[in-house]
Amino acid sequence: MLARVRSAAVLGLQAYAVDVEVDVGGGLPALTIVGLPDAAVQEAKERVRAAIRNAGFEVPARKITINLAPADVRKAGPAFDLPMAVGILAATGQLDGARLDSTMLLGELSLDGSIRPVTGLLAIALAAREQRLPSLIVPERNASEAALVEGIDIHPAPTLARVIAHLSGRAPIQPFQPPEASGPGPDACEHDFSEVRGQEHARRAMEIAAAGGHNVMLVGPPGSGKTMLARRLATILPPLIWPEAIEVTRIHSIAGLLPGGGGPVRVRPFRSPHHTTSTAAMIGGGGRPGEITLAHHGVLFLDELPEFHRDVLEVLRQPLEDRVVTVARAQLTLTFPAAFMLVAAMNPCPCGHRGDDRVECVCTPPQVARYLGRISGPLLDRLDLHVEVPRVPPADLTAPVVGEASSAIRARVCAARERQTARFAGTCAANALMTGRQLRRYGRLGDGAREFLRSAIERLGLSARAHDRIIRVARTIADLDGAEEVAVGHLAEAVQYRVFDRRLRLPA
Amino acid sequence: MACLLTPDDEAFPAALRRIADPPQALHVFGTLAEADRKAVAVVGARRASPYGVAVAEWLGRELARSGVTVVSGLARGIDAAAHRGALEAGGRTIAVLGCGVDVVYPPEHAPLARVIAGAGALLSEYPPGTPPLKHQFPRRNRLISGLSLGVVVVEGREDSGALITADCALEQGREVFAIPGPVFSPTSALPHRLLQQGAKLVSSVADILEELHLPAAQPHTAAVRLEGPEALVYAQLSFEPQHIDQLAARCGLAAPEVSRALLGLELGGLVGVLAGQRYVRARGSDDW
Repeated sequence: MLARVRSAAVLGLQAYAVDVEVDVGGGLPALTIVGLPDAAVQEAKERVRAAIRNAGFEVPARKITINLAPADVRKAGPAFDLPMAVGILAATGQLDGARLDSTMLLGELSLDGSIRPVTGLLAIALAAREQRLPSLIVPERNASEAALVEGIDIHPAPTLARVIAHLSGRAPIQPFQPPEASGPGPDACEHDFSEVRGQEHARRAMEIAAAGGHNVMLVGPPGSGKTMLARRLATILPPLIWPEAIEVTRIHSIAGLLPGGGGPVRVRPFRSPHHTTSTAAMIGGGGRPGEITLAHHGVLFLDELPEFHRDVLEVLRQPLEDRVVTVARAQLTLTFPAAFMLVAAMNPCPCGHRGDDRVECVCTPPQVARYLGRISGPLLDRLDLHVEVPRVPPADLTAPVVGEASSAIRARVCAARERQTARFAGTCAANALMTGRQLRRYGRLGDGAREFLRSAIERLGLSARAHDRIIRVARTIADLDGAEEVAVGHLAEAVQYRVFDRRLRLPA
Repeated sequence: MACLLTPDDEAFPAALRRIADPPQALHVFGTLAEADRKAVAVVGARRASPYGVAVAEWLGRELARSGVTVVSGLARGIDAAAHRGALEAGGRTIAVLGCGVDVVYPPEHAPLARVIAGAGALLSEYPPGTPPLKHQFPRRNRLISGLSLGVVVVEGREDSGALITADCALEQGREVFAIPGPVFSPTSALPHRLLQQGAKLVSSVADILEELHLPAAQPHTAAVRLEGPEALVYAQLSFEPQHIDQLAARCGLAAPEVSRALLGLELGGLVGVLAGQRYVRARGSDDW
């Protein structure tokens, strides 16, 4: 007898329908899975057998063939356990298969028949809705995530036996009702800017970065608080709007990063991959999203930037411009979103103490030049703000002074972003992303300001590419100021964030 | 193009003919002028403090303004600052190298060396192509003092190479001057010891010119009027490096305002920026 069960799998960030076809016929007793299964799918045989037996049903001693259609796409993961078990029971007449046509199923089976959570459910639920399927049976712990999709009944299933009871109509599972306003809000984040002591200059730079979507480079001795600042950047960005939250949740669901409870992600992601990260892990590969996609709508923090492999840094250049990354492999080409803010951090020299008042630097100028030279010009060019972070004196660390809280900074950031939204009218998300044409139009300088910038570039020996970056940052500073036109003061402040464009400074 | 001078050549510096151990030949890149008879050497530590750098630049500037050629060794720190000062004032400066004139050491001073060759000369007793070997540098110090009427030691640790230059100067009958520094700074050790031994203390360029019987330049007034935040910030600056946050706290101004004021001061040449966004006064002329 033949049975067909609807299921789905994820490729890249999209889900596609998979039909699990089960045929039970004559021949030597065997269980065969075809349709490009990977190791985890092959092992499903043993889990499915045990789960069916422990749920109180039986696997007949006949030849069972399972096909995962379409048969030319590689299937991975344990999410087909449940549809295979249901298919076997339907094909052997232990279950009436009448409802299987209108239901999509997925879940990993435990040997005792209970159903374990799987990844990527949000994408799958969206695909099920597109197929106009009325109901979706999901593992219990994935229910709140799948329920973010409206217009489809989500049935949370604890065990295989319960699924069979539901499909046979004996004991239907009630559709899941999502609790109101689930998930932690943006203020529930465990980090806050009020914990940063001192560092007024760096705090201001982070505020500008957040307001204009600028990428930041933090330079400072070890222990000066670079990581602390970067971690808190996500807390002063505008809160995620609903479509963004869904997008982030979908990515994190596929990567298996959703916290327990599975509600939508409400806090902007913060990813900090180690400097040994490979190119594939950084941009994605093998059908999986990389770190830059996991940081979508959030912050990607690269600590110890010069220690990263050069090719890993170079592949960041294209996604930083295009906000998406396209990964081509022999079998398939996938496009992942990658609209992240980059925060890079590095020591000022190999020993880390250049410019430190308390510890003397032991590096020679050529060593310093070599170390800084590891960051390529084109990458440096994409970092709008360069901030030197000093070590905070111990007296300041114990002082009770509490800095401004993230929520207050965020209010100013949101106001500046609103000005940008009104100005660009949907053509550009933030000042950092202005095209050359928009820059000339919206970053127009008055005569005095233009003359000031020209003389500053000349006097300080700034490189030519600094010119556009300075205007971009100055535009954001003006937006924070509520000013219509970029003034000399805004430019002067922006110039101070171009440390790396200056000629090599005195090593003292 | 580099040219070769032997003691028989007319252009060979007369002062060097008379020293105990004159060079067999001099390789010159740039030009030597009659005016280089009036030369003063400014030497000191390679790892100099911001104070020392400011003093060396100031000396270079003021000496050049009085028509004196500034001689030094193109090393990092004090030497380079003295050359820069002289160039800034549009004067002449001579760098005596411990390697071939086409091999600039340290390499990051190659742009500076090119400018010096245009406004003075690079000198070496070693043939072009000679690599910078350690033993050659103490030997070239006798040429730095030999070319000059006097040697000013700005900063130096106990065992600094500037000590060799000062010793050569005494042997050759040149004047030795020293700049006093903070007692706590290790770079003050050498100048203070020289002062104890009878070197002349320099607190203004007039001290040098007077001793060497050279005419002083017209005093110039370069008073800069500062207003608003710039004046507030400048008042807090010293030769001790201060981070922008410290300055903000001391002035009671917000970070953006201080940042803007500092850029204005920097463009005016009044402050210097050090690694780590730390600021110092760039010149002391209005304090002396």
